[in-house]
Amino acid sequence: MKDVFRVRRMWRPRGELRDRYDVVIVGGGSHGLATAYYLAKNHGITDVAILEKSYIGSGAAGRNTTIIRANYRTPEGAEFYRQSVKLYEGLGADLDFNLLFSQQGHLTLAHSDRGLITATERAEVNQLLGIDSRVVGPEEIARLCPEMDLSQDVTWPVMGALYHPPGGIIRHDAVVWGYARGADRHGVEIHPYTEVTGIERSNGRVTGVQTTRGPVRTDMVVSATAGWSTLVADLAGVPLPITTHILQAFVTEPVKPFLDVIVVSSQMHVYISQTDRGEFLIGAEIEPYTTYSSKGTFSFLEYSARHTLELFPQLERVKVLRQWTGLCDLSPDYSPILGKTELDGFLVSTGWGTYGFKAAPIVGTTLAELVATGETPRLIAPFALERFYTDTLVSELAAAAVSH
Amino acid sequence: MSFLLPCPNCGPRPVDEFSCAGEVTVRPQGAPSLRELTSYLYFKRNVAGVQREWWCHRLGCEAWFTAERDTRTNEVLSIDVPEPAGPAAPDAPPLPDTPAV
Repeated sequence: MKDVFRVRRMWRPRGELRDRYDVVIVGGGSHGLATAYYLAKNHGITDVAILEKSYIGSGAAGRNTTIIRANYRTPEGAEFYRQSVKLYEGLGADLDFNLLFSQQGHLTLAHSDRGLITATERAEVNQLLGIDSRVVGPEEIARLCPEMDLSQDVTWPVMGALYHPPGGIIRHDAVVWGYARGADRHGVEIHPYTEVTGIERSNGRVTGVQTTRGPVRTDMVVSATAGWSTLVADLAGVPLPITTHILQAFVTEPVKPFLDVIVVSSQMHVYISQTDRGEFLIGAEIEPYTTYSSKGTFSFLEYSARHTLELFPQLERVKVLRQWTGLCDLSPDYSPILGKTELDGFLVSTGWGTYGFKAAPIVGTTLAELVATGETPRLIAPFALERFYTDTLVSELAAAAVSH
Repeated sequence: MSFLLPCPNCGPRPVDEFSCAGEVTVRPQGAPSLRELTSYLYFKRNVAGVQREWWCHRLGCEAWFTAERDTRTNEVLSIDVPEPAGPAAPDAPPLPDTPAV
C-alpha cells in the first residue's frame, strides 16, 4: 500500500556523459526516443545516448495537434502510416503507460467536385491496403457530426467527406514520457541540455560527435531533429532538400464536450478537434516562407478562427486560451526522408513537415532495425534521401496539403 | 512572427501580401548531369541566418524582387530589384540567379 504514495522518477536524472556509445541519437523527441526504445527492446542494443539540446519533447513532439491517422494518398505513405496506427493502438499496453488514445474518427471535408475526387482517390488507395476509409455524403456527416454547420448557403458548403474511423487523438506528452521511461528502463541514457556542436568524420565514416559537454566517440549517429535537421546535417556535411517553416496552432477555453470527431478542411486550411478537457484544438497550414523564428502570427489566429466559425458558428463567444508554433522540416514531395545518407553511419529522420508525430512508432521500429541490421527495411526504402538525386519522388501533396 | 516587407513599389506591407519563392539559387550551366540538376532543384541551404530570397508582391503590384532576411528573426536587411534576364545568346555570360520555383 505504501508503494502507492512513493514518488518514482519516470527516468534517471542525467548522468555523466561517457566518452563512447554504440549509437548516438540527436534529438530527444518522439522519433529519437522511439528509436532508442525499439533499439533496446527489439534488438538488445542498449549502449545508446540520446542528446537533446533542450528538455525532452520540447520540439515538435510537444507542439503538434496529436492527430493519428493513416488515410494518406500514396500507397507508400498509406502503408507506412497504417503500420504506425497499428503500433499506436498497442502502444499504451507496450509502454505500460496511459496515452489517452481515443480513435474517435477523422473527417476530411470536401467543398468542391475536385475535393470529392481527391477524397475518392484516397479512399480507393486506402481500401486496397486494408485501411478503413470511405467517402461519406452530407447525411452521414450530419449523423457523425450533428453540431457542424452543413447549410448550403455558406462560402464553402460541405459536399462530402473522407471518413477514416481509426483516426484519433492521443496525449502527445504521454507518448514522449512513455518512450523516455521505456528506453531508460532498458538502460538507454537520456541527456537533456546537451547540444551537438559538431560531427566528426574520417574516411567517409562517422567517428564521433562534439557536444557542449565534451566529445563522444561513436560509429552511428541518428539525427531526429525536425526543424533543425538542416543545421545538424550541415555538421556532417550532408546536404538536405529541406526548408524550415513554422506551423501554428491554438486552443480555446474549455467548453462542454460536443465534438467527438476530428474535422479537417483542406480548402479552409484548418483542422479542428475537441480535447478531453473540452478545449477546441485548432491548427492550420504552415507559413509559406522559411524561418527559424518560432513566434506566432496574428494573421494565423484571425483566419483560422474565421474558418473555424464557418464550420462551428456556436463557438463565436469562446475565447482563445493560448497559441503556439513549432518548426517543421518540409521536403519537396511532402514525404519523409528516412534512413541512410551518403555519409556512412549518419542516419536521418527528417522531412516530416506536418506529419511526423503520427509516425513516431513506425519510425522508431524501422530505424532501429536499420541500425541493428544495416539493411534498410522494405517499408522505408521509398523514403531514402537518394530519391532526390535520382528524381524518384513520392508525392504526398494531395493528402498533406493540409497539415496535421 | 508576422513582419513587414518593403515592396520596391508600394513600400512596407504585411508579409501576408507577398509570396515567397525561396532562397536565391544558381542554375547549373552547360549540359548538367542528373545529379547537378536534382541538386539544383531540390537541395536547399536553408540557413539559420541571413538569406537572400525571391519575393513577389502577389496581392499588390506583383513586382518580383530579392530580399536579404535573417531567418532567425525575420528582420529584412535590404531589398534589390534584379535586371530581367532576357534571352541568352550562345556565347552569353552565365545567367543571373533565378528563383527556384
